[in-house]
Amino acid sequence: MLTKTLQDLFKRYRRPGDIVFAVVFLLFSLFLLSQLGEQTQVVNRTKWFAQPSLWPRIAIYCMVVFAILHMVSSAVSPRIPGRWPEVIFWLRSLEYVAYFLIYVIMVPWIGYLPSTVLFAVFLAIRVGFRNKTTLMAAVAFGVVVPVIFRAGLQVRVPAGAVYEYLPDSIRIFFLTNL
Amino acid sequence: MDVLLSGFSILAQWQVIVALFIGSIGGVIIGALPGVGAAVAIAILLPATFSFEPIVGLTLLLGIYGSSMYGGAIPAILINTPGTAVNALTTYDGYPMTKRGLGHRALSLAYSASFFGGIFSILCLMVLSPVLALIAPHFGSREIFLAAFMGILLVVLAHRGQTFAAAMLAAFGLFLNTVGLEPVKYTRRFTFDQSWLSSGIDLIVVVLGLFAISQALLLLLESDHAPEKADVQGNLFSGLKELLGLKRIATVSSSIGVIMGMIPGVGEFTSQFLSYTYAQKTSKTPEKFGDGSEEGLVASEAANNAVPGAAMIPLLALGIPGEALTAMMLSVFYVHNVIPGPQLFENQMDFVMALYMALILLNVIVLVFLLFSTNILLKVIQIPTRFLGIMILTLAFVGVYSLRNSITDCALAAGFGVFGLILKRLDLPVVPIILGMVLGGIMEVKLRSAMARVQTPFDFIDRPIAMILFIMILLIVAAHIRTLIFEYKNKLRPQPTTVAVDADHPNQQG
Repeated sequence: MLTKTLQDLFKRYRRPGDIVFAVVFLLFSLFLLSQLGEQTQVVNRTKWFAQPSLWPRIAIYCMVVFAILHMVSSAVSPRIPGRWPEVIFWLRSLEYVAYFLIYVIMVPWIGYLPSTVLFAVFLAIRVGFRNKTTLMAAVAFGVVVPVIFRAGLQVRVPAGAVYEYLPDSIRIFFLTNL
Repeated sequence: MDVLLSGFSILAQWQVIVALFIGSIGGVIIGALPGVGAAVAIAILLPATFSFEPIVGLTLLLGIYGSSMYGGAIPAILINTPGTAVNALTTYDGYPMTKRGLGHRALSLAYSASFFGGIFSILCLMVLSPVLALIAPHFGSREIFLAAFMGILLVVLAHRGQTFAAAMLAAFGLFLNTVGLEPVKYTRRFTFDQSWLSSGIDLIVVVLGLFAISQALLLLLESDHAPEKADVQGNLFSGLKELLGLKRIATVSSSIGVIMGMIPGVGEFTSQFLSYTYAQKTSKTPEKFGDGSEEGLVASEAANNAVPGAAMIPLLALGIPGEALTAMMLSVFYVHNVIPGPQLFENQMDFVMALYMALILLNVIVLVFLLFSTNILLKVIQIPTRFLGIMILTLAFVGVYSLRNSITDCALAAGFGVFGLILKRLDLPVVPIILGMVLGGIMEVKLRSAMARVQTPFDFIDRPIAMILFIMILLIVAAHIRTLIFEYKNKLRPQPTTVAVDADHPNQQG
């Protein structure tokens, strides 16, 4: 009877992996709740509305309450098979995150233009493009982006350390624009 | 008249005109590419616009925002894949028309209806501006606090069937905003003794992660899917004349779009569904809806294009964004120390007028561009989705890194990218996090200043606008509870099980 009432109250559409996310989010919220006293301070002679801990407190209590309700609604909703394949799909994204971070680290060393060309071509090969046209398009894209953003819009991206070793005639141009 | 002329002189700078053209045409292309969408483009370009004059940066972003839905109608009508999520209803009637060999007519009607909706909403705003200028100064700290609170409440309740998830994610956004050094008492909040957390979590880093990087990861991981080849033959100007015969539907739908656009958290989806329902109920041929009805197409396109203009109302008048895109634009204002809100209407009405005129111009530019270059655009959108993923990930770098040249920011954005990917795969909303961050900051500041003059709880709502807002909040909550009870009694639980138009690539629709 109770289960039936809960289902009527909380039932919703649920994609594979929903319960995993619900549990992890609840655990994260509970961890933040456990840190509330340690990571915020109560300041003396300050009214409640000006306390630095007020808004983190409101946010975390709401996170915990609604994460519990979300988990309950997930538990009582019809399940679509495919939980663990879905979780593996999430984890597969970490491969591209790693490539992205390598690209980020490379930029101050070898420069924005070379690293962007390398990154675009590498990703194109990695996702399965083999034809010459697409690889050339990746090279062109890798050139156009730094030209537009660094040379054109003067966006703040540092020059590559290797540019210092370029011949005098082109060094300043590379350091300023690419 | 002076304000109008002054606004025109602000607009007549070459940088603004260039930004308007790039934004409008870029927005159409971005909107037409299934899997990109205005949010991704705006998130990437946001840091680049910080070096521009506010009017230049805002015109560029407004151009993308206002024109992406025009572009989104093209794949929706021709290949049954909406370019942006808000063009989903356009597929219902647009694609059946294409199947009958009337693709050019459907496109022409969609462009005309979008143009009508866009212009209608801006004219409404221009007429409403003097009223706003009168009302806005009466918004003090407590009124803005209540309006921001109402914004969060509406955003949460607007996610029917996902209210708990939306609430927990909005609270997460609220929490993210509190991380770092507290600005008044200078105490640390949730920094875990890490110096990189002391300066807080930047909104742009979160936005880029949740919108751009997550979308790039999805496109890279899901199977490749280039839009089908399509071609349009026939006169694209016919819709302009045809729209005259559907002016009632166009006007009512645009009005619904304006009203819904002004309410935080409601936006394009609700306006589209309401106007589509209205058009169907009042039609002489309701059976044609979903099978190539001109009225359905006009209702859907006029309503969603009326929203961007109207969404600027709470942003400009109160400094309160109603959805993610206007939240991103708010950061452009802040970077340039232009604080949107009551003072903007009092002191910089010419700036507001310039923005309105820019919105009108962008609609004209987009309409002319589309009438002459739809076939070229159809070739541009043949980019394989995985290649789009490469492009977005590469561009996301410049967005994050140019903020403070911080590798930590990039790592954090990548983390939010994975988080955004999980939310999108689970069909959970991303927008409440962004609005929680933005509105949470506003609420914290405004509550502190408002409470300084409040002795009893009633003092908080003793001014007319505060009282009205408080009553509206109560009514919203009461209406939601009433709906829940009704649904519970009638076993009518909302089931957001609508199959995505392209079920194999549910996350590649902008």
